[in-house]
Order: sequence, then structure tokens, then C-alpha cells
Amino acid sequence: MSGSAVRPLLLGVRHHGPGSARAVLAALDATRPRAVLIEGPPEADALVALADDEEMRPPVALLAHAVDEPGRSAFWPLAEFSPEWVALRWAVGHGVPVRFIDLPAAHVLALQGEDGPATPAAPEHDTGPVKAADRARDGDPAGDRSARDGDSPRDGSGQDGAGQPGADVDGVGCEDGADRPEDPADGMRVDPLAVLAEAAGYDDPERWWEDVVEHRGAGGDPLAPFAAVEEAMGALRETYGTGGHDRDPVREAYMRLQLRAARKEFGDEVAVVCGAWHVPALRQRSTVTADRALLKGLPKVKTEMTWVPWTHRRLSRFSGYGAGIDSPGWYGHLFSAPDRPVERWMTKVAGLLRDEDLSVSSAHVIEAVRLAETLAVMRGRPLAGLGETIDAIRAVMCEGSDVPLELVRDRLIVGDTLGEVPSTAPAVPLRRDLERQQRALRLKPEALERELELDLRKENDAARSRLLHRLRLLSVHWGEPVASRGGTGTFRETWRLAWEPELAVRVAEAGVWGTTVLSAATAKAESAARDATALAEVTALAEHCLLADLPDALPTVMKVLADRAALDTDVAHLAAALPALVRTLRYGDVRGTDTEALAGVAAGLAERIFVGLPPACSALDTDAAEEMRRHVDAVHTAVGLLGGVPAVDPEGLRARWHGVLRKLAGRESAPGVLRGRSVRLLLDDGALDTDEAARRMGLVLSPGTGPADAASWIEGFVGGGSGGLLLVHDERLLALVDAWLTGVPADAFTDVLPLLRRTFSAYEPGVRRSLGELVRRGPAAGGGTPGSASGPAAPGFGDGLDTARADAVLPVVRLLLGLDPGPAPDPHPDHHVEAAA
Amino acid sequence: MSVSIEPTSVTTRSDDPAPAKGANAEQALRPHAEDAFAEELQALAAADDRPRPARWKLSPWAVATYLLGGTLADGTVISPKYVGPRRIVEVAVTTLATDRALLLLGVPGTAKTWVSEHLAAAVSGDSTLLVQGTAGTPEEAIRYGWNYAQLLAHGPSRDALVPSPVMRAMSDGMIARVEELTRIPADVQDTLITILSEKTLPIPELGEEVQAVRGFNLIATANDRDRGVNDLSSALRRRFNTVVLPLPDSPEAEVEIVSRRVDQLGRSLDLPQAPDGIDEIRRVVTVFRELRDGLTTDGRTKLKTPSGTLSTAEAISVVTNGLALAAHFGDGVLRPADVAAGILGAVVRDPAADRVIWQEYLETVVRERDGWKDFYRACREVSA
Repeated sequence: MSGSAVRPLLLGVRHHGPGSARAVLAALDATRPRAVLIEGPPEADALVALADDEEMRPPVALLAHAVDEPGRSAFWPLAEFSPEWVALRWAVGHGVPVRFIDLPAAHVLALQGEDGPATPAAPEHDTGPVKAADRARDGDPAGDRSARDGDSPRDGSGQDGAGQPGADVDGVGCEDGADRPEDPADGMRVDPLAVLAEAAGYDDPERWWEDVVEHRGAGGDPLAPFAAVEEAMGALRETYGTGGHDRDPVREAYMRLQLRAARKEFGDEVAVVCGAWHVPALRQRSTVTADRALLKGLPKVKTEMTWVPWTHRRLSRFSGYGAGIDSPGWYGHLFSAPDRPVERWMTKVAGLLRDEDLSVSSAHVIEAVRLAETLAVMRGRPLAGLGETIDAIRAVMCEGSDVPLELVRDRLIVGDTLGEVPSTAPAVPLRRDLERQQRALRLKPEALERELELDLRKENDAARSRLLHRLRLLSVHWGEPVASRGGTGTFRETWRLAWEPELAVRVAEAGVWGTTVLSAATAKAESAARDATALAEVTALAEHCLLADLPDALPTVMKVLADRAALDTDVAHLAAALPALVRTLRYGDVRGTDTEALAGVAAGLAERIFVGLPPACSALDTDAAEEMRRHVDAVHTAVGLLGGVPAVDPEGLRARWHGVLRKLAGRESAPGVLRGRSVRLLLDDGALDTDEAARRMGLVLSPGTGPADAASWIEGFVGGGSGGLLLVHDERLLALVDAWLTGVPADAFTDVLPLLRRTFSAYEPGVRRSLGELVRRGPAAGGGTPGSASGPAAPGFGDGLDTARADAVLPVVRLLLGLDPGPAPDPHPDHHVEAAA
Repeated sequence: MSVSIEPTSVTTRSDDPAPAKGANAEQALRPHAEDAFAEELQALAAADDRPRPARWKLSPWAVATYLLGGTLADGTVISPKYVGPRRIVEVAVTTLATDRALLLLGVPGTAKTWVSEHLAAAVSGDSTLLVQGTAGTPEEAIRYGWNYAQLLAHGPSRDALVPSPVMRAMSDGMIARVEELTRIPADVQDTLITILSEKTLPIPELGEEVQAVRGFNLIATANDRDRGVNDLSSALRRRFNTVVLPLPDSPEAEVEIVSRRVDQLGRSLDLPQAPDGIDEIRRVVTVFRELRDGLTTDGRTKLKTPSGTLSTAEAISVVTNGLALAAHFGDGVLRPADVAAGILGAVVRDPAADRVIWQEYLETVVRERDGWKDFYRACREVSA
């Protein structure tokens, strides 16, 4: 154990390991080196001072991106409990120079571009820059692809179906290169930690590392653990060499050169904080020439570097970005808790559960701690770890249920800590991407408010519209859509533009979502979909995604939408969501987006409404009935529109909707307005003939029905702007209403008067007048059956039909209705023509 | 006046000097766990060199191994008694080693009783200290009763006292079991509170008390879906660590359980064997699982969950019912129509909400599924 004597001081750590972080701090305090070298991109040297800024709050990440191609980027996330962060803060706090010594980001990004995302052996496997290949170019949703070193990207590996890449175990990687080989094709990769864990009799390498390093108590020689780790890693590397991490020799050569330079400058009193895996390679003696030779001819790209805020959620494996630890909140707790971590943790959990109104007493906390500790003993662990505490919380505090446990996992184990970065940090790549697009689209940011008319049929205008919609999604409200003056055409959009200075801050904030406008908007949309509480929010989002042309966000949004719809028990919510969805579908169709999934969701939503609507229409008061009538109308329109979508079976859908309407029309417990409306909609669709409609109306208006109910039926049946024409043209219906009205008893008349007034006042004045004249004239002699070829007509019309003139119009009418040319059996068209003539 | 009849002599047979329990073991329809697996327990005890809590026959590790199965160093194979997550057994065993009581929750048919019996057998070597909870369980079943002949003859004394299984477990440092805790009336449940928190059982009639000896603990089982009739008071609940036993993990395992049970039941009811019933069984299990989990098997569509339990046990009864229908009124082959009515009955417990859920399921999932046309039609017929 001569570790303390060996110079330079090599501190092998596990990235994001709280135990490592403590050990690093202790070692630095004990040895007080004259310089600290940290594994990380040297471009960050200039940003070191910011680490001590008052406004800087971890978790943050170093972000490197190619100047000309912001989509190509890499992140080095640092949490409060990351050893690198601790070393950085220590050095800045003590006025000790800091150098980052890993391969420069210029090479990393260049190699990344060269390799393409699918090639193994990307450069960093350990300190884990989370690489962001240009997703925009690939059409990949998340701007940041976290390719693990050497692993082929694990897209679609079950990360909440968001189409995001697999988590990045990189940064975490228990040791350098300790990533577990998950790529079966790559047989030669070695997981050094797994080898050590297996030797110690553990089946889970992460757990082994936690037991021997992270959970180890303080005290003793601060350098001893590092010596032990170095020894173990040395043995491993003797056996396995680079362990299949092809870029390691290059990176380590660079680190050795940097180390050499630092020793020349500061003497031997320097400390190096790097992944444990690299320690033996840094200790190894090699010549400068050999190292230089390895680095020869590396490609380079111009890069910029900055600090960006990071989140715990993003550090976790759950989100697509992850730097790959699944319990950042727990680690943060382990790092910050001064003592008795399990007791403090349980108290925190109890506090959280109490805030959610679950009764958790101090006795529960005591018992949970005891159970966790006993479990740890039974499982042979030195200290209760996360697994034990979760089991104990479930059994003691959550009564065996996983539901409150999810809350604990979400709020505490992962946590929603959000980092902050001082405003003096260099601009994020998103800003650069925006500036580039503003130039390309000739859309200058100006403070002066102005209106912008866009014609979406033009390529440039369409691109502008997409950019503005995307920015709106990112809460960068540069443009606000205003109602178009040029009519209702879908190819026109009007925006009101104003670039306020604070929008620059918004852009910087949006930088957490991605490095390009496209990728950031996509990630934001997906996240918003998952966080949405109401169904209508998700539908609106789907609409927005189409407007902003974010096809990669759609699958997630659709999935969330389908799930929400499936679980929503309120038919009104479903009915409110359907029209927007169908609109989206039609609009997406126009834009040529693949909307099959959308159509499936819409059809499923419609089915759910069909099933739930009739029971939901019972026992409604007047206001609720009126609202439900609006929903029925909206669904009816939506079903009609949905019929035009190829992916749906339009006939079956329409037939089932008619079935629902029939059921509703005959449901005595449903309010009159809904029954009347159902009959009307069926009549309009031709699913019910006029005789049947008249029969039903006769039933409702017969003396057995209460006048109020009948009046509301009438409102449903002939209410709305177009209802009057129906009465004008079908005198039988008018006669029924007339007869009923004259039969209403005097004392009931005042009750129905407001309803009737509401119904009839909605008609256009002309229609009202025609109706009045018809009523004054009394029942027509011929019965006034629609389509009858003879009989007296309303005043102002000649007797009988002029069939020759009517026939002349037929071809045009057929053309308008899209019917086959030929004799039309449907009498309605001529009827309307006659009326219009 | 002298009472010569010892209460215990009733259970002891004159021709058999061995304890009553052992004597019955071989002829018993179903031997106790500690008898049926005596050899495994012995082998485990021999191989077990880990520390054992006071009066435990095995160490917690060995108890977990006994339940989960494994192979010992000497080659003895321990059969798995419980197939399920390891974590559950570990938490259960650990709970018994602390002084908290263990509450096993789960819908019917999730092996609650089975697990509790084997835990007691492995920990105490005796699974017979059992209180069967019913709506009529009296306080005496948990505390103590009196031998009235003794009481009248000699007045109150320890001899006249008839201890309950719980009381015996306390004085001997063993595991007591309470089945169906939530079916026990609330006032009787309350007698457990003092026992579990103070670990003592006062006998005011004698001015004495029985103090629990180290090693005493209690395993209770309860149904978590309909929660019986008497929900646990929070005071009692707090004395328990709760472990929820899950339903079978994979559809295959559940189909296997259902078809095996249906087969057994069918034979005892003399129903003719139905050929090809397995497809229909698979379908019933699929429907039950999907509605129970609120998710289709392909994981694509979420579903609402009806209020019924939809446990494996109910799937078994639906299929048995269907078999009877097929045998007596059909052509002997289990068809969709035979199970449709049964499924409807199991799913639609609440006529308003559940019916909507069921129809939604029919229209959005069943209708689209390949090969399910017959089933869809049959369900439509019975639901209409």
C-alpha cells in the first residue's frame, strides 16, 4: 500500500459515484496538489472559472458542438456528486490550476462524424460525453444521441417508446470502460467491473462497486482506496489489455502527454482525477514519440464549448438522454447526507408521502429503517442500499402497494433537480442553429412588431412557418399566429413577429432540449406529451406537431394520446378531443405526413365515444344536456370527416355511429334536446327517412309528453341555423309543430316559451318570415310533401314544378355532389334547387 | 367431583404413543408442510451455518432457500415452494426476523396461505398454530377460552384456561398464523393490537399475563381486492409489514394453472373431456389478464380496468362453467359461446361502469384481433 508515496497522484474514480467523490475530496485535502488534472475535453479549460460562479448549480454539463453543425455535439454531464465536479470545485476554491486532459472535443466530434452513429468504437467510453450525432440529419428525434463508447446505438431499446436512443452508460460507467457489454455482437469487450464483482461473488457489478467503494464509510488513509482500485485495475488490464475499447490507447496517449506537460509546469505535485480504468495506462511508462505517433492524423473539426444546465432526470437512465445512473437522487442524497444516510433517506421519504396525504408516522420510519438494515444483513451487504430501502418502504410505508412507491421513485430516487448556468456562459448551439436558420430563411429578428403573411405553398414560406411553430413549442414566442385576413384557406398563415430581448434567454433555456431547433422542439413536444394532464392538451399538441412538422415526436404523442383516451372515463373529454384530432388528420393528409397511426388513434377514440355516449346521456340537467348536444354535433362532424381517411373503415364507422344515434334517439332517459338532435342528424345523413322522422316527432309532440320535454326535443331537432329550412321545406313537420304549439295548455306555455324563442330566434330573418307566412296560410292543400311534383307552393312561386328547368341544373348539381352522372334517385337535390331557383 | 378426563386425551389415540400430529401425517389427506418436506428441512438445518434468530429452526437465509428452492452444498435439491419474485420472500422472511408482524395480501389464488404455512414450518417447524378468520371468529380464538368444567370445579386457574393458538405461539416463541384477517370482526381484530405492540397478553381473571417469548411472530393473510368486510384499522395496520403476492407473471404460467385446475375439477364433476379446450382457455386467460392489467398483451393499447377481481380462480370457474355448458347443451367441444356468458358475468360486476369498459374492450380490442371473430360475435350476442 505504497499508494500515498507514488507521484503523480492518480485518483481512479467511478463517474457519478458519490463514494468516489468523497474519496477524491479527502485525498485532495490531504495532499494539496499544485494542479488538478481532470478527465474531460481540454477546450473546457477556459470555462473552469465559471464553475465557481455564484449562479452555477449542478447538475450541469459541458457541451461541445461543431461550429458549423450544431447538431453534432457531445455532453459531459456533471452532478453535485460527480468526482470530477468535486475536484473542479476544490481546485477553483483553492486557487489551484485545473487542466482537462482527455482527447479534445475537436477530435471527438470529428471522429463521431466520421464513424457515423452506427459504427462501434466511438472515442469516449468513460467520462462519457453523451454524443449527439446530428439527429436532425438522421431524422432522429432527440438531438443528442448517446452512443455508448463502442456500442452500436441502442435505439429503440425500450426507452419509453419515445424512439430515443438507449441510455448512456458512458458517463456513468462504473469505471472507465466498465460499461457492461450489452452488445452481443461484440464478443471481446470486457466489463472489468463484472470480472471483479464475479471474483467477489456478486452477480451485479454495480452493486459490488457500491458495496466496496460507494458505501464504504469514511476514515482511514484517504489514499488507500485509490491504491486498491489501481491495483485491481492494473491486474485487469494486464489480462484484458484495452478490453475492446479501441479508442482507449489514443485517449490515454493524449492524457499521458498532458500529464507530462503538467508535471513539467507544476512538478510532481499534481493530482489526476480520471476513470479508474485509465489509471494503469497513465502510470505506464512510454515515450513521448510513441504517444505522439498514436495521435497523428486525427481528424479535427472546429468546436465551441459551453456549460448547459442539466437535470437529474436526464442523468437517469429513464430518459433517453441519460448519462446512465438510474438513481441520481439517491446518489445525491448519499453524497450530501452528513451521516446516517438510511435514516435521513427514510425521513425524506416519509416527508414526501405525508405531503401527499398518506399517513406515515415516525414509527413507520423507524420500522422501515430496521427492515432495510435487516434485509441488508440477510442479503449480506455492508449497508442498506437502494434496493433494500425500496423494499422496506414498500412493505412498511406503502402497505405493499407500488403506486406511492412510483412517487418516491419519481420525486426522490430520480428527483427533479434542475441545474443552473450563469448567464455569462457562452451561447448554446441552439442559438447558433437558430441564427443560421434565420439567415437562410431571410427572417431577421427585429424588435419592431410587424405582420408576416405566409403562403404555405411556397417552399421558403412553409419553412418559415415551421420554424415559428417550432419556436412556439419551445416557448420562444417570437411570432404569434393571428387570424388570417386572406380568408380561411389552409395554405395561408399570418404571424405577428416581435423579437424581445428576453427571447435570447428563452433560447438559452431551451438549449436543454437539444442543439438544433428541430431536435429541441421534438424533445420538448415528447416531454410535454408525457407531462400533459388533460386529453385535450395532448390533442392540441398533436396538432402543433403537425404544424411544426415534427414527425419524430408524433409516435410518442400518439402513444400518450391513445393511453389517455383509453383511461379517460369522461365521454365529454373524449368528444372534445376527437374533432381536433380529425382536423389534425386532415391537415396532415394535406401535408403528406404519414398519418396512419393518427388515423388508428382517431378511430379508436371514436369507438370509445360510441360505447360511452349513450350511458353518459342520462340524467343531465339543461346546461349539461346543451353541452352534450354540442359534443354530439362535433363528433358527428368528425365522423363525417373521418370517413374520408383511407386507413379507417369509413362504412363500418358511420354505421356504428348511426347505431349510437338511433339508440340515443330512442332512449327515454336522455334529455329531449339530445333525442331530437339524434333524429335530426340521422335524417341529415339519410339514415332515417322523413316519414320516420315525422313519426318520431309526432310521438314526442303527442299529449303524453310534457311540454318542456317536447320543446327541448324541438330545439334539438330543428335548432341551429339550418333547422328553419327543414321546417320551411317539410310542411308535415311544420304542421306537427304548429298543432302541438296550439295544443299546449296556457299554464305550460310560459314554461316552454323561452325554449321556443331560443330555437326560433336562431333562424335567419328570411327563414323566420317564410315560416310565419307558411303558418299564416295554414296547412297546404296537397300536404306539401317534399318532392311532390304538383300542388300549391309558397307565395311568390308558381304552381307546380317546371321540370324542364329543374333538369337543366341536374348535371351541375351532380358535379358538385360528386355523384355519378345519370338519373339521381334522390329527390332532395332537385328539391333544394327548386327552392333556390 | 374429580375431573379425570384430561382435555388432551381426546386427541391422543390410546394405541399410539407418538404425538397426535405425527400419527395423522401419513393418513392425512393433505399432510402439513413440516411433515411433507421434513427431509428438506432437515438437510437445510444440517447445512445451515448462518446465525439463527432466537428459537428459529433455520437462519433467515435458509428459510428463503426453503421457499425459493435451490441446491445445497451436499447436493440436496430443495424444491421451490413459491414461484415468484425473490424479493417478496426475502422481505417476508426478514420481517419475521424483526418484531413486526407480516401481512400477506393478494387476490384469491395467489398462494398466500401456502406461503404462510411454509414460512411457519420453516421458521418454527410447526405450521399448525392457526386461527381461521371468519365473520364469526370470537375473541377466544385469538386470546384464550375456558374449560368450563374445570372452571366450575376449581375456579379460575391456569389449568382451566384453554389457550388460543396465538397464546401458545407467544409462550413457546413460535410463529402463529391468522387466515383471512379482514374477515374477522373489527372488535376481535383489535385484540391483536396489544399482542403485536406490547407482546403481551393479559389474563385479568387470574391477574397474570403471558409474555411473548423471543421468536414469536404472526403471519396474517388477507384478500386485498375486496378486502373482506372489515378493513384493518390503521392502528393494527401499522403493526404489520405488508407484502403483496402478485398474480402469475407470464400468460403461459397462468394458462398452465388454469388448465390443470380445470382438468382436476372436470374429473371430479364427471364432465366429459373436451378436446381442444386449450385455445379457449388461452383466450379466457388472455381476456382476464388484459383487463386486469389494463394493457393488451402486445403492450400497445391501454384499457380500463373493471371492478371485478378477475383472478386466476375466476378464470378457472369460467372455463369449468363453459365445459359444463358444452357438455350438457352443446356438442361437447368448448366453444367461444360457452365461455362468453361466463366472462361477461365475471367482468361486469358493476352494471353501469363495467359494462362500458367491457364494450370498449370488445370494440377496440377484440373486434380487430385475428381469429377472434367467433368470440367477438358470441360476446356481442350475450352483451346485447
